[in-house]
Amino acid sequence: MSEKPFLIGDSMTGGYGNGADILNNCTVAVNKGEIAVIVGPNGAGKSTAMKAIFGMLNMRTGKVSIDGEDITNLSPQNRVAKGMAFVPQNQNIFTSLSVEENLEMGAFLREDDISETMAQVFDLFPILKEKRKQAAGELSGGQRQQVAVGRALMTEPKVLMLDEPTAGVSPIVMDELFDRIIEVARTGISILMVEQNARQALAIADKGYVLVQGENRFTDTGTNLLADPEVRKSFLGG
Amino acid sequence: MDALHALIVLANFVIVPAIAYGSQLALGALGITLIVGVLRFSNFAHGETMAFGTMLVILVTWWFQSLGLSIHPLPTALLALPLGILGCIAMVLLTDRFVYRFYRKAKSSPVVLVMASLGVTFIMNGIIRFVIGPGDQRFADGQRFIMKAREFKEMTGLKEGLAIKVTQSITLVTAIVIVVALFWFLNRTRTGKSMRAFSDNEDLALLSGINPERVVAITWIIVAILATVAGTLYGLDKTFKPFTYFQLLLPMFAAAVVGGLGNPVGAIVGGFVIAFSEILITYAYKKVFTYLLPSDFAPSTLIQLLSTDYKFAVSFSILVLVLLFRPTGLFKGQST
Repeated sequence: MSEKPFLIGDSMTGGYGNGADILNNCTVAVNKGEIAVIVGPNGAGKSTAMKAIFGMLNMRTGKVSIDGEDITNLSPQNRVAKGMAFVPQNQNIFTSLSVEENLEMGAFLREDDISETMAQVFDLFPILKEKRKQAAGELSGGQRQQVAVGRALMTEPKVLMLDEPTAGVSPIVMDELFDRIIEVARTGISILMVEQNARQALAIADKGYVLVQGENRFTDTGTNLLADPEVRKSFLGG
Repeated sequence: MDALHALIVLANFVIVPAIAYGSQLALGALGITLIVGVLRFSNFAHGETMAFGTMLVILVTWWFQSLGLSIHPLPTALLALPLGILGCIAMVLLTDRFVYRFYRKAKSSPVVLVMASLGVTFIMNGIIRFVIGPGDQRFADGQRFIMKAREFKEMTGLKEGLAIKVTQSITLVTAIVIVVALFWFLNRTRTGKSMRAFSDNEDLALLSGINPERVVAITWIIVAILATVAGTLYGLDKTFKPFTYFQLLLPMFAAAVVGGLGNPVGAIVGGFVIAFSEILITYAYKKVFTYLLPSDFAPSTLIQLLSTDYKFAVSFSILVLVLLFRPTGLFKGQST
């Protein structure tokens, strides 16, 4: 690694509560303005690694730092204040609130004017502007994901963490979402993403992590991983 | 002409009282539904919260009366209401601090909180009876009627009268003001939206930086306001008796469940559904039918479906029917 990564979860080991370790010396990092993708089989600890970085897990060893600052002991709420935003896989929107209110709640901690950020989100996801008075729970799966990502962007984060953003959406919507995610990365926001659709995700990734049983199995650029015959055989279905 | 008379009888004995009673139930049910939405348990102590707030209002009213303070023709209780509300807010916040917060921190299941609220009910029950006694307390003063039955008859030349009590109109006006203010707060202010967000998805609210203890405190404050206002209006309209307030818990819960627990619009609709059902089913229709039917068919009995003693059976039946056939209520709410 030539430059120091912007966000890094270094040699993380830990699990939920006092249960068995799910992560074993796992390292995940993302550079400024880049897209890092975590892939791997079911139960590999992909989402767990993400939660560990966001502080939702008791880590036994390892540390997390953002922009050189050690944040290992911060609560998730305080990590939000440090510039991290997390989009959970499930229940990631306020279904009974309107789209606009969802975005407002995303910016709850901010005291300044949020209208500019909201305009940016609406530029990124024009459909949300159209439906902004509608309850978010009435939207389609792909649109809900856009609301979820939009809500996270409202804090003006430096790192956006997405837990399977394309779960349960159609392939067309998935491509569309990936395009939007690339656009977000171009604005200088680092993106760390867990994905089931490994092939498509690695195609847009600057960096890919293949996890197996909570350990790093392969780590390389997205393109190299896609080209690696062993990765293809074991994880991408040939 | 007879149809008009029948209508006036109905208005006098059913529609006007049911609107007042419905407003009182709606305010009570709103408090219950907010607790369910934000704190996620059914607060059995809500009737006692109402009684406690009303008791404070009565005490302050008596004090004001002894000082000679009055806002005639309106009841002095309205003047005492803000002080009663403040006392009630202090009481619920203290209860939350010393009882509910413990179970919230321990992440107890809702049924544990319900049982805790039952305990709070018994303690409040005792305190209220200790302070003001178990008997009836009348504290309504000022003018009694906006329109007396006799005046209505003289004015219109009809045989039947329509009486409208001051307390009934105060109830309706106050309920409208409170509900409009509440909905403005929930839908237009940042704090209100954060309350709805917290109620909708607690984890995501935490991720967004919404402070749960603040949301809980604000909810209790609103509930105390709603309960004191509802209790005072009910007491003005009828009388204040601690046991009656405990009994009000059933129709109020029925109203909240009928409308859909956690849904404020539902609580209001539910309040009126329950009030109208109770009064329509327990009213004796003899006079109405005497006007409507030819004299040969004039009823000889009261034509009353249920005696008023059974009015709680009406709320209870509605509660059971809703839980059986539409557990989420008329409007979408939580099913537990």
